Amino acid sequence: MKDPIISIDGLTVDYGGRRVLDAVNLDIERGEVIVLLGGSGSGKTTMLRHIIGLERPDSGTIRVRGIDINRCAPRELETVRRSMGVAFQESALFNSMSIEENVSLALRELTTLADPVIEIMTYMKLAAVGLGESGRRLPQELSGGMKKRAAVARATALDPEILVFDEPSAGLDPIVAAGLDDLILLLNRAFRMTILVVTHELASAFHIADRIAMLYNGSLIAVDTKDSFRASTQPRIRQFLDRVADPITESPIVENHLRELAGMAEAKA
Amino acid sequence: MNVLEAIGRGVDNRLAYVGGLTIQFWSGLRSTRHVLPIAGKRGRWRAAISQMAAIGVDAVPMVGIMSVCAGFILAMQVGSELRRWGALQYVMDVVAVGFTRELGPLLTAVVVSGRSGSAFSAEIGTMAVTSEIDALRTMALDPIEFVLAPKYLAALITIPCLTILSSAFGILAGAGFMYISTKTTLPMYLRYIYNSIDLHDVFTGLLKSFVFATIIVNVGCIEGFRTRGGPDAVGRSATTAVVRSTYLVILADVFFTAIFYLVHKG
Repeated sequence: MKDPIISIDGLTVDYGGRRVLDAVNLDIERGEVIVLLGGSGSGKTTMLRHIIGLERPDSGTIRVRGIDINRCAPRELETVRRSMGVAFQESALFNSMSIEENVSLALRELTTLADPVIEIMTYMKLAAVGLGESGRRLPQELSGGMKKRAAVARATALDPEILVFDEPSAGLDPIVAAGLDDLILLLNRAFRMTILVVTHELASAFHIADRIAMLYNGSLIAVDTKDSFRASTQPRIRQFLDRVADPITESPIVENHLRELAGMAEAKA
Repeated sequence: MNVLEAIGRGVDNRLAYVGGLTIQFWSGLRSTRHVLPIAGKRGRWRAAISQMAAIGVDAVPMVGIMSVCAGFILAMQVGSELRRWGALQYVMDVVAVGFTRELGPLLTAVVVSGRSGSAFSAEIGTMAVTSEIDALRTMALDPIEFVLAPKYLAALITIPCLTILSSAFGILAGAGFMYISTKTTLPMYLRYIYNSIDLHDVFTGLLKSFVFATIIVNVGCIEGFRTRGGPDAVGRSATTAVVRSTYLVILADVFFTAIFYLVHKG
């Protein structure tokens, strides 16, 4: 690891007495696409919220471009945030604004660019995600996939060095999800953006990732290239890759009875 | 959980709420300059203008009807007593002073709290549960400056205006009562009112309206920012915003009325 753009060291988070993240260490290299995998409740969204500076950890440090985002001055945090674009799971587009207003918001608020320049840049950002002609529409008039792409356009408005995606494929059909994956790769290859994707979609992860990190019960159990990850023999990773379910009920007796009733016998002892 | 722990937790929660409200108030006050035309950030004043329409213009019919009704009720109630003493003309003083000092600001605050306080909370609460507030923060935009400040500036301008309007409507309702009961004409009534109100009464009412505006906006917004969960949480926040802001408006009214009473007496 030569030049980590994001460096997480000993990140520990407790919520209501429950440990959600346990001493997580992770370095993200400049220009790579890293996918953070994990099941529901594994702590990946919590980790993402800490990386983008929305939460403060109980202990540990997160450095983005060398700046400790939890102990830096507000001005420095603002600089870090300007270098980072975030596409949220639910898109989080401002419903009272048109798509082009959503995309141009950061340009209007954080730059001194003239209005015509902002209009051109907004059109270019929207055109890059295939929404050049949809700028005047409101978010509620768009499909799920279009909203996600609009969120990407907004996240890239200031040409950030780092782009973060929270569950980009969630709720999308496979074709639209594949299109979004291609868009992520395009942004990475064309603009050398460092991209962090939080997901539990395996097909998407293996398509876009340079490296894959996996969280299990708040601990990082693997950080590897996708080929090594795919070949892993670690039981939890294998369970995830092979889609092996945890027991449905807490009681094996109840589960066996349910399986018998459902005709899915092969009752386990 | 034992009793002491429960009390401690309750006190802790309330202190945290008051602390949060205070911090938000100062941040909001500092951010309001960014919404001003010319001196503020570009285009931000447009948000304040649309808020002024929502808080002020749209509330005029409701404030007007409530003030006319309250003015007429006050005149009738006071009139029925004063008539027995042959002092019906004092109805005009009671209505004039009552509305400029007390009922104008209070009625306006109750109407705005119910209409706009709940709307602020619902709007910001929805933004919170759909991650729009998080999106603002990740874009290096301060939600207080972006969401609260236009509302605050709009409320600081429109609530005093609505208060003046409410007092005017209430006083005019008194004119109706006086015409029906004593055939006092409007010019006579207005001359009498002009002599019975002094600037101190108007100042008292307006000062209260600024304080009420601050309470309504800050309570409405903090309830929105604190919303967690789903759509039901948004509804709960809106209800809490109205209840708490009305409660705090009444408390502030008692406090300021007591201060003015003591100052005036002294």
